[in-house]
Amino acid sequence: MVPTKGQRRRQRERLWTGVAFALPAIVGLLWFTAYPVLASLYYSFCNYRVLTPPRWVGMANYRHLFEDPLFYTSLWNTVYYAAFAVPLGIVLALGLALLLNTGVKGLAVYRTCFYVPSVVPIVAGAVLWIWLFRPQEGAINDMLRLFGVREGPGWLQSPEWSKPAIIMWSLWNVGGSMLVFLAGLQDVPKELHEAAGLDGAKRWDSFRHVTLPFISPQILFVLIMGLIGAFQFFTPAYVMTNGTGGPVDSTTFYSLYLFNVAFSDFKMGYACAMAWVLLLMVLAATLVVLKSSARHVYYAGGEQG
Amino acid sequence: MSQAITPKSRPVHAGKKVRTAMTHGALIFLSVVFLIPLYWLITSSLKTDAQLHAWPPVWIPNPITFEHYEKGLQFIPFPRMLANTLTIAVLSVVGTVISCSLVAYSLAMLSWKGRNALFFILLATMMLPGQVTMVPLFVLFAKMGWVDTFAPLIVPHFFGGAFAIFLMRQFFLGIPRDLAEAARIDGCGPWGIYYRIVMPLSRPVVATVALFSFLGAWNDYLGPLIYLANPENFTLSLGLAMFNSQYGSFPGQLMAVTTIMTVPILVLFFLTQRTFIQGMTTSGIKG
Repeated sequence: MVPTKGQRRRQRERLWTGVAFALPAIVGLLWFTAYPVLASLYYSFCNYRVLTPPRWVGMANYRHLFEDPLFYTSLWNTVYYAAFAVPLGIVLALGLALLLNTGVKGLAVYRTCFYVPSVVPIVAGAVLWIWLFRPQEGAINDMLRLFGVREGPGWLQSPEWSKPAIIMWSLWNVGGSMLVFLAGLQDVPKELHEAAGLDGAKRWDSFRHVTLPFISPQILFVLIMGLIGAFQFFTPAYVMTNGTGGPVDSTTFYSLYLFNVAFSDFKMGYACAMAWVLLLMVLAATLVVLKSSARHVYYAGGEQG
Repeated sequence: MSQAITPKSRPVHAGKKVRTAMTHGALIFLSVVFLIPLYWLITSSLKTDAQLHAWPPVWIPNPITFEHYEKGLQFIPFPRMLANTLTIAVLSVVGTVISCSLVAYSLAMLSWKGRNALFFILLATMMLPGQVTMVPLFVLFAKMGWVDTFAPLIVPHFFGGAFAIFLMRQFFLGIPRDLAEAARIDGCGPWGIYYRIVMPLSRPVVATVALFSFLGAWNDYLGPLIYLANPENFTLSLGLAMFNSQYGSFPGQLMAVTTIMTVPILVLFFLTQRTFIQGMTTSGIKG
């Protein structure tokens, strides 16, 4: 069917109206995303220290990166953080959501208690936890004393315990994930549970074979967002260590190192190369999770993911 | 027919009561664990110096003192930082609500070629780590003379944000088509439909987007850290972190200032709890 002149004119009119309303996003994408992404890629092949114009150096930044011990340290710290904070966060958030979803009275009150820490401004929370972690006057080691731990760890002052400390901070902030799981659990059809109960299936089996498949999309979502967040983890580590990533670089996470390369050393080209490696890692991690989860994620609509 | 076999018809076992009690026990214990840090924050801000440095630590302040609040507020130019933070936050909210609702309206209710491509690109930008664009944007804003002004923290919000657009588009899709159609027949143009029909019906999603963009601006640390240099321009986040690094040995004042930064947000949370929780749970999982 060949469109008539009038139809074509109307189509063009519609196009322009649509574009006009979408203009903020179109300009924003070009200005704040497309241009900086391309510039960043270009700078990553340059020696660029802001004061002099960028100078093309080919792959030098990337080669240098793979010989930089601090790059590996920061990568290790980040992987360590992600490997503990993300799964533990999911388990804790899911556990809280399951407890709340038992039909217990006072749900709103408990839910508020678990969620309130996630509302605390990030910098305020980080400053507060510095004091909770103080080996002597801090609340955490004092509570450990109750359980017979005479001398608690040095937490943020110890290279071995600084990452576990920051992971503990992250677990205090699982409120958002908990709400996501709770919403998912409320959609699990009650009849399924009851049927499972009548079949004599044990609680664990019912959780494993009924509940878990139903909320698998939420788990996947929280997992992917958690991984992306972990790779970009910055503010608490920066505030808790005044930007040093100490002690002995034990909290120099990837993004913290990148920030210092860019804004303390002003090695902009090198920082951009780091950013592109970060992007590739985030994409790779997301793809791996999506691929490997495809068989385990169940969508209530019926199509297999 | 299934009525005969529902659990309701079974007698309430003693086992069920025990289980309920255990659930409450676990929930109370966990609630206490989650709230201890905040208890510590507030009580520490009220302890005397002697109690703050006592060993073993004191859990109940006695006597209660407010001197840390007075002193803490002298150390940091609090009214100034509050004004800066509010300026940035309020303008970010205005920018986000206006720009994202326009774009979401275009994506949800106007049909035009390229609409789906734009939506797809917007979703893809959510995956892009901010670190990738951080350096070129800094260079660009420096060239524009925007460093050490609020512009880099505000202006981008006037050009849409993927997450807010996504939330608003989802909401707009739920508005009955007939309403827009009726308005069109009555002579409303696309602008009129947006302004007179869609926006007045969209208060809940506007509230959610406004709330989260306000919190985003209030909490932002990396942005102000990159762009603001003069302490006169500092936000609360930046000021608190600076206070922590310079006056870390005054825990009472530090905790007082931290409390002051936290309490308004907690109050806001309690006033808007429903919007808050809705925003968290509809963050793109459903649909």
